Amino acid sequence: MNPFSYTRAVDPQQATSVIGSNASAKILAGGTNLIDLMKMGVERPTQLVDINRLPLTQIEELPNGGGVRIGGLARNSDVAEHPLIVQRYPVLSQALLAGASPQLRNLATTGGNLLQRTRCYYFYDPAFPQCNKRQPGSGCGALNGFNRIHAILGQSEQCIATNPSDMNVALAALDAVVQVQGAKGARSIPIGDFHRLPGDTPNIDTNLQADELITAVDLPAIPFATRSHYLKIRDRASYAFALVSVAAVLDLQNGKINGARIALGGVAHKPWRAQKAEAALQGQTADEKTFRAAAEAELAAAKGYKHNSFKIELAKRAIVRALSTAAAMA
Amino acid sequence: MPVRLKINGKDISADVDTRTTLLDLLRERLQLTGSKKGCDHGQCGACTVLVNGRRINSCLSLAVVHDGEEITTIEGLANGEQLHPMQAAFVEHDGFQCGYCTPGQICSAVACVKEGHAKSDDEIREWMSGNLCRCGAYPNIVDAIKDAVAKNA
Ligand SMILES: Cc1cc2nc3c(=O)[nH]c(=O)nc-3n(C[C@H](O)[C@H](O)[C@H](O)COP(=O)(O)OP(=O)(O)OC[C@H]3O[C@@H](n4cnc5c(N)ncnc54)[C@H](O)[C@@H]3O)c2cc1C
Ligand code: FES
Ligand code: FES
Repeated sequence: MNPFSYTRAVDPQQATSVIGSNASAKILAGGTNLIDLMKMGVERPTQLVDINRLPLTQIEELPNGGGVRIGGLARNSDVAEHPLIVQRYPVLSQALLAGASPQLRNLATTGGNLLQRTRCYYFYDPAFPQCNKRQPGSGCGALNGFNRIHAILGQSEQCIATNPSDMNVALAALDAVVQVQGAKGARSIPIGDFHRLPGDTPNIDTNLQADELITAVDLPAIPFATRSHYLKIRDRASYAFALVSVAAVLDLQNGKINGARIALGGVAHKPWRAQKAEAALQGQTADEKTFRAAAEAELAAAKGYKHNSFKIELAKRAIVRALSTAAAMA
Repeated sequence: MPVRLKINGKDISADVDTRTTLLDLLRERLQLTGSKKGCDHGQCGACTVLVNGRRINSCLSLAVVHDGEEITTIEGLANGEQLHPMQAAFVEHDGFQCGYCTPGQICSAVACVKEGHAKSDDEIREWMSGNLCRCGAYPNIVDAIKDAVAKNA
C-alpha cells in the first residue's frame, strides 16, 4: 500500500472540500473495496477522508408519503433488515442480503456499494499489463482473455467489465435517486444516469464529480414494489458475485401486467434496466410465455465472448424465473 | 498516528502507521495472534472480530478508523479459565480440524446467534458463509452453533 495521510471528516462540507481540492484524495467509508484495491496497488490515494463518523446513517420515510431515504453511510446490513425496506422494497433487502458476507455487510455502506469497482481480473491485478479502466490506452485484457464473468450488453471494444453490485440492480429497478453534495451545492442523480456505459472512457465508472459526496439514496413510493423479487445466480450458494442477477418488480391486476420494472446484474458495465422486456410485458397476461417473450426481447441485442456466451440463455431463464416468482407472490 | 481502543475490556493506546489494518495492529503490535490472516482481502473470514458487538473483517478495516471503539477478539471471549459457551460447543462437536479458521468462526458464530440468524441449519449455513473452512468442518460447525443456541449461548 502506498503511504497516505488520514483525515477524519467532521462534517460533509469538510469532506467535499478535501476531495475537491486534492485530486488524489479519496473518501473512506466501510473500506471493503477501497482498502482491498489499495492493497492490490490499483488505487493509490495520497489522502483518505474518513466519513464514518458523519451523521449520514438514517433510514427514514420521506415527507408527503414520498418513499424512503437511505443515508449514504447506512450499512448494507442495517438497510437490508430495516422494516421500511423489508416491507416496502423486499427486492432491495433481498439484493443486499445476497451480496458479500454478514461481516462485510456490517462495514459496507450505501455510498461505497454504489461506487464499488468492477471485479474484472484484468482490472483488479496490476500484474496484467492491459486494462483500459486502470490504464487508459493499454487495451482490454478481457476481450481476448478469460472473459467468463464479463458483459454481454452495452459493452465496447474498450471494456467488457461488469458492475459487480447486487444493491445497484435493485436500486435500478426501483428508480432510486442518488443525492450528492459537492463544493458548489447539492444535486440529485437518477440511478439510470449515475453509472456509465464504458464507451471510449471505461476509466470513468460514474457521473459523480470529483468533489461530490453521496449523502443519501431516495427510493420513490412504489406501492406495488411489495411484489418484487431478487434472483442471483452464482458459482456457489453464497458469498460469491453474481454471474447473472435479476431484480423484478411487478404491478399485477387480475392476472394482467399493469407495469413491470426489471433490472439485470452481472451482464453490463452498469445495472441494466431491461426496458425492452418491460415494454413487452405491458398489458399482457402474467404467464411463462409472456415472460419468455420479454426475456427474448431484452437479450436480442446481447453479444457473448469466448467464455461468457452462456450468460445470454442464463439471463433469459433468470428473467423468466424472477418474474414467475414475483407473479406467484401473495 | 495515535489510536486508542478498548480491546477485550482493556484500554490500549498505540501509535500506528495510517496503513495499519485492525488485524495487523492486533497481531503484529499487540501480540493478539488469535485472529488469523487467511486471505487479507475479505474473502475468508479468518480475521473476524467484533467491533462494538458487530462482526467485521479486521483485514479490510484500518486501525485508525476504530479510535475509541470496543474490540472483542477470540482472546476476549472466555471468562478467565471458563470457555465461552460457543468455544465449549466447538470443542464438544469437533468444529474444526487444523483450527486455522476457528477463531474467526467462533467470533462470527457468537455474533450470528446474537443477531438472531441461527434459527435453522440452512439459516446458520447462509449467515456463516463469510467464514470459509479449508478443512471442511462445516457439518460440525453447524452442530456446534445449534448446540450453543440450545444451551442459550
Ligand atoms: C470478498 C468480497 C465479496 C463481495 N461480494 C459481493 C457481492 O456478492 N455483491 C456485492 O454487491 N458486493 C460484494 N462485495 C463488495 C462490497 O459490497 C463492497 O466492497 C462494499 O459495498 C463497498 O462499500 P464500502 O462502504 O466498504 O466502500 P469503500 O471501500 O469505503 O469505498 C468504495 C469507493 O466508494 C467511495 N465512497 C464511499 N462512500 C462514499 C460517499 N458517501 N461519497 C462518495 N464516495 C464514496 C470511496 O472513495 C471508494 O472509491 C464483496 C466484497 C468482498 C471483499
Ligand atoms: S483474512 Fe480477513 S477475510 Fe481473510
Ligand atoms: S479447521 Fe482447518 S480451516 Fe477450518
